[in-house]
Amino acid sequence: MRKTTMAARKSLSLTLKIWRQKHAKARGRFETHRVKGISTASSFLEMLDVLNENLIEAGREPVAFDHDCREGICGICSLYINGRAHGPSRGITTCQLHMRSFRDGDTIYVEPWRSRAFPVIKDLIVDRSALDRVLQAGGFISVNTSGNTQDADSIPVNKQDADQAFDAASCIGCGACVATCKNSSAMLFTAAKVSHLAHLPQGQIERKRRVQHMVRQMDAEGFGNCSVTGACEVECPKGIALKHIARMNREYGHAVLTSREQT
Amino acid sequence: MGMGKSSLAKKYWMAATGLFLILFLIGHLAGNLQLLLPLGQRAKDRFNLYAAFMTHSPVVKILSYLTYTSILLHIIDGIVLTIQNRRARGKVRYAKNKPAANSSWSSRNMALLGTLIGAFIVIHLINFWAKVHFGPIETYIIANHAERIQDLYTVTIQTFQDAQYGLWLVLFYAFSMLILAFHLSHGFAAAFQSLGLSHPRYDGLIKRLGAAFAVVVPLLFAFIPLYIRFVLDQI
Ligand code: HEM
Ligand code: SF4
Ligand code: FES
Repeated sequence: MRKTTMAARKSLSLTLKIWRQKHAKARGRFETHRVKGISTASSFLEMLDVLNENLIEAGREPVAFDHDCREGICGICSLYINGRAHGPSRGITTCQLHMRSFRDGDTIYVEPWRSRAFPVIKDLIVDRSALDRVLQAGGFISVNTSGNTQDADSIPVNKQDADQAFDAASCIGCGACVATCKNSSAMLFTAAKVSHLAHLPQGQIERKRRVQHMVRQMDAEGFGNCSVTGACEVECPKGIALKHIARMNREYGHAVLTSREQT
Repeated sequence: MGMGKSSLAKKYWMAATGLFLILFLIGHLAGNLQLLLPLGQRAKDRFNLYAAFMTHSPVVKILSYLTYTSILLHIIDGIVLTIQNRRARGKVRYAKNKPAANSSWSSRNMALLGTLIGAFIVIHLINFWAKVHFGPIETYIIANHAERIQDLYTVTIQTFQDAQYGLWLVLFYAFSMLILAFHLSHGFAAAFQSLGLSHPRYDGLIKRLGAAFAVVVPLLFAFIPLYIRFVLDQI
């Protein structure tokens, strides 16, 4: 019989080093907490729920963290866990991170996304509205919604373009790319939308304007430049590829050189 | 906005100047490989005639000004990008961060590598460029050649065979080429990406070409001073 390793245990005791910060202007610090009896089948967020129940029972303030769908589609859960965006596994969000990825007795650092463009609101919650503003600057198409809108399926799109567009469109706006990038660059996020719409017929009308406006907003929000380290692509829960950034670079150069309208 | 200030435009310039410097490296290496010829009058004349051509040809002059401009732009742009990137990261750093899990060391340290290459360029120019322009350097007459030509060949061989500092200089050159190798191991392919030149049919080729270039070119460059010091006869 195989010797039961620590990792194979069904329940874990953990030490958490969690970032606590009362409000945006307050000085933050790490707080150490211990949690016991954490099921390896539970998610990271459920582990934090257990911690918060303990804190509430003890009459202390629970840790503020973002969560919503808890199934990897909304993009709101964040967290820099033990030095990685969304923790040690690839291709998942924090709500999809299982506690079986940790060993009994582990010490886990839990930090908010760090970026000048993502100020901390409270504890582990950061303000990601900068990403919304980048989208608002051009990440849309103008369509007639007065009742005679053309059925999207009636517009032919070749398979390769449709696939590329779909891959890019799967971005959930979580900001892991920004959080993990040594430059806090939002290139992958911005490129995902630029590339998504540049691949589709519906995106052609605003194509040149879109990329210029979105890049300008991205810069204005204080995100960094791209060093092509590829960290974003590795940490992106949706596997958005670096080639979409190349696509945006191409779109932008083309737009700047050939656009007839002043931006 | 346009082709100057935006984040993307800055990367275009970084990539374009970097790629131009890569072309420069090829030319510079091809010329320098002549230093591997066996010691003697033939090697000396050949290299010095080549050097004279390089300082007098108008085409080479234009190329050399382009190279100086590229280096300057590359350095200035690199400094601006690095400052912006550090500022974007914010004041509070991660207490625990594992960048090695998602990116290569070179890709994260281009500025450090670049600064070391910059230091090498300064010392390299002092070693040779300054002597060509301000001396001390001997001149001599070659048959069928109107003007006296400078003996850069002897300067070069003597520099690396110097009893006092030669060995240190050879090691410094070899070390700098190692640094260049790391800079190129990331920079070559990154430049294509920054310019938006990516296509599933060619991405693999660019990566392999970049990896090969980053090994072969610095290795050959480093081989020259090592060869002069340890293999070539004493001048
Ligand atoms: C023979 C000399 C050099 C060559 C061939 C070269 C080549 C390159 C290439 C091809 C890139 C990639 C561009 C891109 O990311 O799009 C690059 C990036 C870079 N180089 Fe150089 N380089 C040289 C010297 C230098 C020097 C002297 C510095 C000094 C500051 C420097 C600093 C940088 C920096 C900071 C980056 C990264 C920019 C970023 O992360 O966005 N390089 N280099
Ligand atoms: S590109 Fe990936 S990591 Fe970045 S916001 Fe979108 S889903 Fe998140
Ligand atoms: S909570 Fe919605 S993706 Fe994690």
